[in-house]
Amino acid sequence: MSLFRVRLRIAKDIGFKAMVIVLSFLSVAPLLFILFYVIGNGLSSLNWNFLIEIPKPVGEIGGGIVNSIVGSFLLVIIASLPSIPLGIAAGIYLSEHKESKLTYWGGLAVEVLQGTPSIVIGIIAYLWVVVPMGGFSALSGGIGLGIMMLPMIIKTTEETLNLMPDFLKEAALALGVPYYRTMLRVILPAAASGIMTGVLISVARIAGETAPLLFTAFGNAFMNWNVIKPVNSLPLLIYNYATSPYPEWHRFAWGASCVLVGFVLTLNLSVRIIIKRWKVRF
Amino acid sequence: MEIPLSNKAAILPRDRSQRAESAFQIIILLSALAIVVLLAAIFLSLVLYSLPSLTAFGPSFLVRKTWDPVTGTFGALPFLVGTLLTSFLALLISMPFSLAISIFIGEYFKRGVVSSILKNVTELLAGIPSIIYGFWALFVLVPIVRGFQMKVGIFPYGVGIFTASLILSVMIIPYAASIGREVITLVPSGIKEAAYSLGATRQEVITKVILPYARSGMTAGILLALGRALGETMAVTMVIGNSNRLPHSLFSPGNTMASVIANEFTEATASLYVSSLIEVGLLLFLVTMIINVIGRFIIKKISIGA
Repeated sequence: MSLFRVRLRIAKDIGFKAMVIVLSFLSVAPLLFILFYVIGNGLSSLNWNFLIEIPKPVGEIGGGIVNSIVGSFLLVIIASLPSIPLGIAAGIYLSEHKESKLTYWGGLAVEVLQGTPSIVIGIIAYLWVVVPMGGFSALSGGIGLGIMMLPMIIKTTEETLNLMPDFLKEAALALGVPYYRTMLRVILPAAASGIMTGVLISVARIAGETAPLLFTAFGNAFMNWNVIKPVNSLPLLIYNYATSPYPEWHRFAWGASCVLVGFVLTLNLSVRIIIKRWKVRF
Repeated sequence: MEIPLSNKAAILPRDRSQRAESAFQIIILLSALAIVVLLAAIFLSLVLYSLPSLTAFGPSFLVRKTWDPVTGTFGALPFLVGTLLTSFLALLISMPFSLAISIFIGEYFKRGVVSSILKNVTELLAGIPSIIYGFWALFVLVPIVRGFQMKVGIFPYGVGIFTASLILSVMIIPYAASIGREVITLVPSGIKEAAYSLGATRQEVITKVILPYARSGMTAGILLALGRALGETMAVTMVIGNSNRLPHSLFSPGNTMASVIANEFTEATASLYVSSLIEVGLLLFLVTMIINVIGRFIIKKISIGA
């Protein structure tokens, strides 16, 4: 009897482990399916012209996504310019003044901002930029994406600075280096790899965002470098083409998906690999 | 004491560095302040612009079933129901999977090639843009669900609450799994060893010691995944069917708070219509804020305790 129970328990143990392993691998299967599907469908429409032409109207063969690539590029630049310095400065404050009230509220604001749905950020960018300017623009989309970037940059800056050993700062201060120079010339360079990781991952994140752009950057079938005019971006193009009724537009969208996924995954992977080597160790 | 004239030159650079010092302090202070102000401004803008709808409908906005731009009556109940249904169904579907990954990486295979591959793949899964998930779901999941619906004899929409929940569940697995792994590794090895020394099998240690100990952390992980599911827009918008009626079954088309904004915001012309959509946005903002704050609070409490 008791032998039977022991065997039963051992069987349960083995069964449990098998179940955990099977379920774990099942849950990463979607990634493989999605990658396989995107590459399988998108690769055939990828060629040089696809990358350097603008889209053609329905029914015409050919055309490309260069205006969306330029638009995405513009949006990322507009988002990064204010957000990276602001985020790093705020991150320094949060990590240097742990006891202050502002750090408590600032930290809470960062958490809330990070959890705010992207569509709500879209509404905000619409209300703050599109309404006063009287029209859709790359600027409004960039500002929306910039708000999304901020919490990620602040958090990685704060966390990286928290990992810096005290002796680094103490050594600089003991040599008579003023506090601000210690932070700017000693601590920040040592933390640069960590902060860069945060910045690049947040760029990868916003490059794939669609929701905040629906009623800000809006989309544009033509080439545009003007930041106060609407621009297209890769995710917007995919959304508009994927939900259209034309099969050739679907193929087009798969091609654009291939480019977007390739960009995002390459950025994510290379950040993980390169930064690991470059990192300063203590 | 008077400073000798010859020393003044030596003092000057110090003066300059003091000015730079205070400028540095002010800049980082203002930056931190800007974040708090930004969040407050977001909240106030949402309230301000939804005032017309707030005053016109009051609390009945939350319980009214009709959303009709033509007659100008707006009630958010269909979207509230749609959001809750998709999010909770997605949580339910994803739970066994994210739990399995947490146990796999947090307990069975703490290091090694397999676990690092699994960890990296789940992180990459979190990095794929939601538009790609939506596109894939529209062309792969929708036909599968439609086939299933034809077999069991329901009207074959393909799109709907159930399809949206499926793709959402795939998208939230990485979030729940990464928090689950962290709280599992926080379980002190003393109590695990105590259980082993009493003759417990590994499965018994996991289900009777580790999981109960990590319960509150798991709850936090589920809350944060829920917060993410509630606000997810694009993938859901593409496969939920965009119907403004109250859903009558899990397979019927519907709309969530996020998807109705995505679909109708650019079409909205009447000011009451826009304001009602912004009020939906305000609701979404408040709900995700509360869920996130509670989730982070639990996590902070556990990591301090450990």
